Amino acid sequence: MNALSKLILHRLALGALTLWIVSFLIFAGVQFLPGDAATEILGQSATPETVAAFRKSLGLDLPFYLRYLEWLRAILHGNFGTALASGKDITEIIGPRLLNTSILAACAAVISVPLALCGGIVAALYRNTFIDRAINAVTLTWISFPEFFVAYILILILAVNTGVFPSLSQVDANMSLLDRASAIALPALTLAVVVMAHMMRMTRTSIVTLLGNQYIETARLKGVPEWRILVKHALPNALAPIANVVVLNLAYLITGVVVVEVVFVYPGLGQLIVDSVQKRDIPVVQACSLIFAATYVLLNLTADVLAIAVNPRLMHPK
Amino acid sequence: MTMTMLLPQGALRSGARKLTSAPLSVKIGIAIIILYLLMALLGPVLSPYGEAEIVGAPFEPWSDRFWLGTDSLGRDMCTRLVFGARNTIGIALMTTLLAFSLGALTGLVAATFGGWTDQLLSRLVDVLMSIPQLIFALLLLSVFGTSISTLVIVIAVLDSTRVFRLTRAVAINVAVLDYVEAARVRGEGPLWIMGREILPNIAPTLIAEFGLRFCFVFLLISGLSFLGLGIQPPTADWGSMVRDSATLITYGDITPLFPAGAIALLSVAINLVVDWFLQWASGLKGD
Repeated sequence: MNALSKLILHRLALGALTLWIVSFLIFAGVQFLPGDAATEILGQSATPETVAAFRKSLGLDLPFYLRYLEWLRAILHGNFGTALASGKDITEIIGPRLLNTSILAACAAVISVPLALCGGIVAALYRNTFIDRAINAVTLTWISFPEFFVAYILILILAVNTGVFPSLSQVDANMSLLDRASAIALPALTLAVVVMAHMMRMTRTSIVTLLGNQYIETARLKGVPEWRILVKHALPNALAPIANVVVLNLAYLITGVVVVEVVFVYPGLGQLIVDSVQKRDIPVVQACSLIFAATYVLLNLTADVLAIAVNPRLMHPK
Repeated sequence: MTMTMLLPQGALRSGARKLTSAPLSVKIGIAIIILYLLMALLGPVLSPYGEAEIVGAPFEPWSDRFWLGTDSLGRDMCTRLVFGARNTIGIALMTTLLAFSLGALTGLVAATFGGWTDQLLSRLVDVLMSIPQLIFALLLLSVFGTSISTLVIVIAVLDSTRVFRLTRAVAINVAVLDYVEAARVRGEGPLWIMGREILPNIAPTLIAEFGLRFCFVFLLISGLSFLGLGIQPPTADWGSMVRDSATLITYGDITPLFPAGAIALLSVAINLVVDWFLQWASGLKGD
């Protein structure tokens, strides 16, 4: 086995370990709860006997590690249990919402990634000129804005004043593709703007660092034309940091999506977790956090593996 | 004696000189931050009404009596905006200070002692950082409930992981330098090494990081308040003010943009100053 695949396998194992620890944290965090699900559902007036019987039916009388294993086994079979507030099956609640959130995140990524990469590369190539300073000022301002501020400005301009898009994104399964696209436009745009600023700044930094390397200087002193330096010398080495920047910022979408979905009343996972925290519906919060956290871990893992896989120094083992 | 007195003065003077030669954007940034602090300190004197005082009908339009109208309960928006400064900034500052004490101390300990102490702390931080901060905060808030003290502690603990990483990373580079080794050899204790040898040399990095962390915490808490899970009513707070008045925007009323803009403006001002400070601090190293 060569060094490259060994490195990647090592990272994958580490990722699996992280996932397992995350699942444990999410399960264990809830054990601090004063009282438990049984007292929470039955309320203050229940007799100790009813509570004990109900605890038994929920499996709460079992020791901690058995409950954890049982919980983990059910989740691996796609069964998240039932919601406390509605009594519905959590997998059924989450399914369509997960799809909605994924569509929203994908749209935001499609808008933001190409724009951010172009902007970042332009800023790096023309660094310390007017263009660079302008891009720097704009992105610095954007990353300082809370997501809801960006969202309401866009609503004011694009929904209230011009009426191009609806300000609330109600979507359901029977909508035509065009209606769906118009409903999703504003939340996707908001997310894209927020993520784009981060991504552009990180792209610029990684390209500037790269161009400061000595082998670039050497190529320049040899008299290699500038375009050839970029394509032949800089680009292969830039792929790893750029892939890293893109994936890390997609992970940032996870945080952004929660606020944006609430602003636009978009029926996704982010809105579900906020609602459930308010109702203190712990099983749903657990299920949502697990999905968000697993996505986050997987994205970080992808970033690492990509960085290893496209690194030209590792491709030609000695 | 005179030498030790001259040094801080000299540093102060060169700092002041740097400030006067700073670009306009940085001066504006500093002016905005001072303005916010004044508003936070003098809030009760400036505002015409009480923080949670109901003074008119719900959602009254802008008028001479109510400059920005009233909110959903008939409280003066302008008054609450001013009070929001001390609540929102105060709570974010408290959280950042707590996160910094915790993160910087553990980071210094990890760098100074190394070995298994470092391993233990670093792996613990790795675990805490493997879940996105907002999601982890939501999970913990759903377990512990949403009061200001739990909010401050939860965010501070989660944010201290970032401070730990940075402090440890810069402190480890300093901890191997000759003068630290010399202090160890002459028998100084770990507290002296951390406080007198390492800390002064990583201070500029930490100061800049403090600004960035404050911004992050400030935005996170405002975000949580906006979601209805942060600072709870009747405490005036910018995030929840946006949430309460958000419906107005669909009628073309820009009132909700004021608290949201107040958050954005402070965060932009701090970022401008920190950006400049970072460039200045990295320039210092080059000298």
